[in-house]
Amino acid sequence: MNGTIERTANGGKGKRYRLDKPELLAPAGSLEKLKIAVHYGADAVYIGGQKYGLRSNADNFSFEEMREGVEFAARYGAKVFVATNIYAHQEDLEGIEEYLRRLEEVGISAIIAADPIIVETAMRVAPGLEVHLSTQQSTMNWQAVDYWKQEGLPRVVLARETSMEEIREMKERVDIELEVFIHGAMCSSVSGRCVLSNHFTDRDSNRGGCCQSCRWKYDLHEGGVSVMEEGDNPFTMGSKDLCMIKHVPDLIEAGVDSFKIEGRMKSIHYVASVVNAYRQAIDSYMADPQRYELNPAWVEEIGKAANRPLNTGFFYSTPGAEEHIYEAEEKPAPYDFAALVLDYDESTGIATVQQRSPFRPGMEVEFFGPGGRSFKQKLGELTDEQGNPLDAARHPLQAIKLRTDHPVERLDLMRKRIM
Amino acid sequence: MRTELLAAAGSIEQMERYIEAGANAVLIGEARFGMRLPGNIPEDRIAEAIDRAHRAGAKAYVSVNKLFRNSELPALPGYLKRLAEAKADAVVFGDPAVLLNVREAAPELPLHWNAEMTGTNSATSAYWGRRGAVRSVLARELNEEEILDLKGRSGMEIQVQVHGMTNIYHSQRNLLQSYMDHLGREARLVEQGPDRGRFLVEAERPEEKLPVYEDENGTHVMSADDIALLEALPELLNARVDSLYIETLLKPESYNLTAIRIYRQAIEAWERDPEGYECLEEWLDALHGQQPSDRELSFGFLYKEQVY
Repeated sequence: MNGTIERTANGGKGKRYRLDKPELLAPAGSLEKLKIAVHYGADAVYIGGQKYGLRSNADNFSFEEMREGVEFAARYGAKVFVATNIYAHQEDLEGIEEYLRRLEEVGISAIIAADPIIVETAMRVAPGLEVHLSTQQSTMNWQAVDYWKQEGLPRVVLARETSMEEIREMKERVDIELEVFIHGAMCSSVSGRCVLSNHFTDRDSNRGGCCQSCRWKYDLHEGGVSVMEEGDNPFTMGSKDLCMIKHVPDLIEAGVDSFKIEGRMKSIHYVASVVNAYRQAIDSYMADPQRYELNPAWVEEIGKAANRPLNTGFFYSTPGAEEHIYEAEEKPAPYDFAALVLDYDESTGIATVQQRSPFRPGMEVEFFGPGGRSFKQKLGELTDEQGNPLDAARHPLQAIKLRTDHPVERLDLMRKRIM
Repeated sequence: MRTELLAAAGSIEQMERYIEAGANAVLIGEARFGMRLPGNIPEDRIAEAIDRAHRAGAKAYVSVNKLFRNSELPALPGYLKRLAEAKADAVVFGDPAVLLNVREAAPELPLHWNAEMTGTNSATSAYWGRRGAVRSVLARELNEEEILDLKGRSGMEIQVQVHGMTNIYHSQRNLLQSYMDHLGREARLVEQGPDRGRFLVEAERPEEKLPVYEDENGTHVMSADDIALLEALPELLNARVDSLYIETLLKPESYNLTAIRIYRQAIEAWERDPEGYECLEEWLDALHGQQPSDRELSFGFLYKEQVY
């Protein structure tokens, strides 16, 4: 992928289409999530290692797991990136060279780094690793992009404050890959420029300790008194989540090289649903840009896994009152992940699934798989692997046999409606 | 060389009063280029300001530390040239776009690297040093051990904040206006700029008041406490920290003048006799005496361990 944009004739209108396909980049908080993300159509996934990442609470990868993830991804032609995006303190830098060499050795394609010393060190000690500049550097103008290009980086992950128009200009002025967040939760601060967590709880947000203080409730005082009146919602800095599923053509035409989905802490169900939707939208546009139409099923698919209200961030205007969450707490997603398909026997129409949350006969469920395959059905009889009937699938990870109305495939998911 | 005592000033006259009180360097500029300044000295008066600082015997640094948008870039070369012609002693930057513009338009301008809370280790300071910066402004979230270690390793001038509030959150969203709009109080359009007397109070920390304001650069939340490192001065001076910064933002001028005078006295006392130096009660009394009762004077992160 070299990020070339071609102008093609389109009845003299001068609208441009892209000839190369953007990358769909998904988060993978664990080996299983990595496999699901790749299976559902991610061209690349980003993960965290044991050190230097910003999700110190996540289920981060060991080098062995990385190797397995890289091998799995390679079977699909997909790549694995590692987030090493802390702002390091002195104590963190010890061992960084060895760590970066190990990443290169296990087959990682790129690191995502914010701290220039990590950028520079990686280029020196692990030249086989691409270095992508993290959004934590808050790069939001074309000259800053150009600076990193001159430093030898092949890709910059832009600040989430960048507008579509600004992205277009960057792409026109600098020959570099641009990676852009297109879906998921967002810092409302300029990335990296928030130490609320450090001040309130001594947890360093720029080293993975963020306690999400921006989503707490605050009282706003003016001239010594609260501006809140009875019934008013408190002040908060919490942003709605980003969702660009309705604007995929704009992103492609602006020249975005990599569509990034946020959420290393999110569930398998979330990753599968979101990747599935964007995969179809991108493929559909690339197959025939002029006749592209948004499929409402993609929007619906995302809605089934979303737990916060959605918006379009800074792409079209500065977020205002409607783009922040003042009302109630976030709602649970309307569907919950119930089971992962392990196997399907075509001759009998019986699937073996692994339980991920309880379900029972008679329940309405939906099976779905990559490419937008899906169907709903009412569950019939359940048995364990030995064929003993069960009144419910109660035990986490238990293998359950059940009849599906249509064929399913390994790694399809079964979800149940919960509200 | 006298240790530098640096204060931000919001006008030429205020700048002169701060120099008179003991600041031997001032930080000035305007919101079009710099963030969180106590006032704007517009482009057409910046040369005069620099000149008057020099005549008063102080250095003049100009803040160009914001994160720029595409549309704001064209103004940079002209501004930087003007600063170079006026012999500004340094330009303070965080955005690499400023570095490229200085190289191109005004290569003689010294650069101070200030990436706010992300300036956290010596190797990164040294990285910007290799790109042309002569000074590194340290994150306020470092502890003393880290500061001293950083001074030893980076090979650059080091600037440490010793007094006043610190910025703890910056957004490009207009969060106050958005909230007012949400409440439906159309009449209460948010007045922009610092010093509008607005605070945030988190539900479980009623005693902490976080100053908040909105300006053309977005929404800024400041710390609930003011740092005061007067008592730690000998350690900082022994380590040859090059510049001690007093944050004047959101404080009355009289408060800042007192702080500047006291830190200057302390620095001079230490320089006269480092061995016999003693932090005088009267200095501490003066600092504590003018401190509003609802804002603690603290050591910030100087003696803290952070977790992550």
